[in-house]
Amino acid sequence: MTRLIGMTPSRRGLLKGMAATASALALPGFVQAQSSAPIKLGFQLHRTGIGAAYGRWYERTTQAALKVVNDQGGINGRPVEVIFEDDGTDPKRGAEVVEKLASQAGCDAIFGPLFSHVVIGSAPRAGELKVPYLVCSEGYHVASGMLNRWTMQPGITDVRAQVSSMAPWVANNLGKKVTMVFPDYAFGHDHRDYFTAAIQAQGGEVIKHIAIPPTETSFTRYLPQIPKETEVLYHVMVGPAVLTFVKELGEFYGTGARPEIFGFIDSLEAVDTASPGLEFLEGTHFWEGNCRVKQADASENEAFYRMAVGVDDNGASVSDAKDISTYAHMFSCWETLFILKAGMEAAGYQGVADRQKLVEAIEAMTTMPESAAHPQGDKVFNAKMHQVFGHQNISKVEGGKLVRVYRTSIEETMYENDTDYTAMSF
Amino acid sequence: MTRALALHLGVIAALFAAQYLLPSYHQTNIARIMVLAVFAMGYNIAFGYTGLLSLGHALFFAAGLYATGLGIELAGLSAAPALLLGLIAGGAIAAATGVLALRTSGVSFMIVTLMFAQTGYLTILYFGTYTRGDEGIVINRAARAIGSLDLSADTPRYFAALTLFAIALLINLMLTRSRLGRSMIAMRENEQRSRMLGYNPFRVKLIALVISGLYAGAAGAAYGVLFGYVGASFATIQYSILPLLYVLLGGAGTTLGPFLGALIMFYLIDISSGYTTAHLFVVGAALLVLVLFAPKGILGTLRERAVKWLP
Repeated sequence: MTRLIGMTPSRRGLLKGMAATASALALPGFVQAQSSAPIKLGFQLHRTGIGAAYGRWYERTTQAALKVVNDQGGINGRPVEVIFEDDGTDPKRGAEVVEKLASQAGCDAIFGPLFSHVVIGSAPRAGELKVPYLVCSEGYHVASGMLNRWTMQPGITDVRAQVSSMAPWVANNLGKKVTMVFPDYAFGHDHRDYFTAAIQAQGGEVIKHIAIPPTETSFTRYLPQIPKETEVLYHVMVGPAVLTFVKELGEFYGTGARPEIFGFIDSLEAVDTASPGLEFLEGTHFWEGNCRVKQADASENEAFYRMAVGVDDNGASVSDAKDISTYAHMFSCWETLFILKAGMEAAGYQGVADRQKLVEAIEAMTTMPESAAHPQGDKVFNAKMHQVFGHQNISKVEGGKLVRVYRTSIEETMYENDTDYTAMSF
Repeated sequence: MTRALALHLGVIAALFAAQYLLPSYHQTNIARIMVLAVFAMGYNIAFGYTGLLSLGHALFFAAGLYATGLGIELAGLSAAPALLLGLIAGGAIAAATGVLALRTSGVSFMIVTLMFAQTGYLTILYFGTYTRGDEGIVINRAARAIGSLDLSADTPRYFAALTLFAIALLINLMLTRSRLGRSMIAMRENEQRSRMLGYNPFRVKLIALVISGLYAGAAGAAYGVLFGYVGASFATIQYSILPLLYVLLGGAGTTLGPFLGALIMFYLIDISSGYTTAHLFVVGAALLVLVLFAPKGILGTLRERAVKWLP
């Protein structure tokens, strides 16, 4: 019998061969799973609690952006799935939601929270879990450097930039003696500190700070504190008492003489400016991150975004004219989702092992031109601060509608500080 | 070893083993629940054993949280002395509150404690320069360590929470069997009769409230160090009601009830939110069922109907 040298497999060789065959058979499946499994993004949603009015529209905006992203082929050719989880606008639950989205749902990144205390309460856990956490908060807490390498705000400008950039226009067009009415907590204090400094730089002054405790439900006893020599009344309020505040302000001045009034639209987000009792707002001015009412010069990108989210020309839902959107802020969810797409594609993102690459890819971003991905306008991202800078709008109430009278440049909103997240370790 | 002690040691051993058996997500959840259970145990000492229905316990929790957080961030303390400071702050604020609030009883006590807690909340907002008001502060991760033990890492955090929980639970068990514990129950059952027998109700209730405050302060301090956030929302009325719900659900006047209540409430919200956006309705419905069919809570009902020796 002829022995075929080398043809008789040994037991070890046979096992190796079987293992190699099994690997070869398994590999395409693995590659397939990596290449076509959905990208999972977690959305930390204020569905209940004080932020519910924002949460409702943040969810709609994100769903609309998600549809566009998936219609365009998803991210890196993979479909995208967004998992929404309610945080009750509570920081303790917020941290638990980050945990749930990252550890249980296996989300690749988390985005979406607005309220500052929820962001600050949740960010430490995102840092510990090493999950990219893209907030839509407009608070200064990101740029201030108090958070961590994994927390970023690339989809909306922060309150320091917004407030500071309003002062020149207010001083030049409305007056230089300002009385500020603001909620007596951190968000209000940011307005107080940065606007006071900015108006002083313009040769103006804040002649009275009126801080409203957050537990107040009526404001009548604070309004007589407004000095008579006030030229501009600056107001910013949030929460369910907003409508009461604005109505009582109207009742306080009635049809008599009043100072110029400049407010942040936060006071009236999700509220119709044509509501009964708000007639006195006619002729007053508001900051808007994005203009609620479709402007005559609205870009194609803005129009596309408005249509995709389902908002009519007045800023209400196309299916319910009484359901007013939080238009000044909610674009941040749209833009943040597209930034995640751009970041993941730049990083060649495959799975959770590439989370750090995703953060680095976003840090590598600088200018963001206006486009369907950035319908609010072009922006500049500061990687050291993890903060984006962009245009701000000042609108005037004319005939019950908000009409833009000024749009800042990006340069007007910029400031310097010594924050450098890129020097922090992961 | 008695059956009761064996049961409690068994629970602690099971929680020890859970660290190795549960997925990472549930490990962190259980660590949170153990810290919140210590808060609820403290509430149970005042409410379940002594009959003091307080709506001000968020103040004691927040006292521990802020004393620890500000001790680290402003005074530069390391975690160990800051935790001790939080424990003391909880007890001290409870003593100060008790001296005044215990002049009242029943519904008046509830309202006065609520007012104290609201004052505490507004004080935190008023000193926003230091506390950052409603936004709160993040405790620097490097400071969240005892020696070389990094309490921001999952395993050390779990064991730190378990250690606190175990100590609190065993002290609670000892307390219920002590002379003081029995006099606390006497206050709950019949204060007038206790007074006639020579007890000083004010003294007993004040001691109970201080112990309760120490528990709440320890829980607040631990929460700050283990989870890295100190915020005014923990001083709101919601956080006075939460331990009450945990205790009612698990069983008022039972040593393990607060833990069971915190555990069930946490997962009720966590699981139901995966199926419906109306998860708070589910929680409300569950509480209604509880009030209707097991008004003494789960372990209270169990003790009444089957396990008489349950402490």
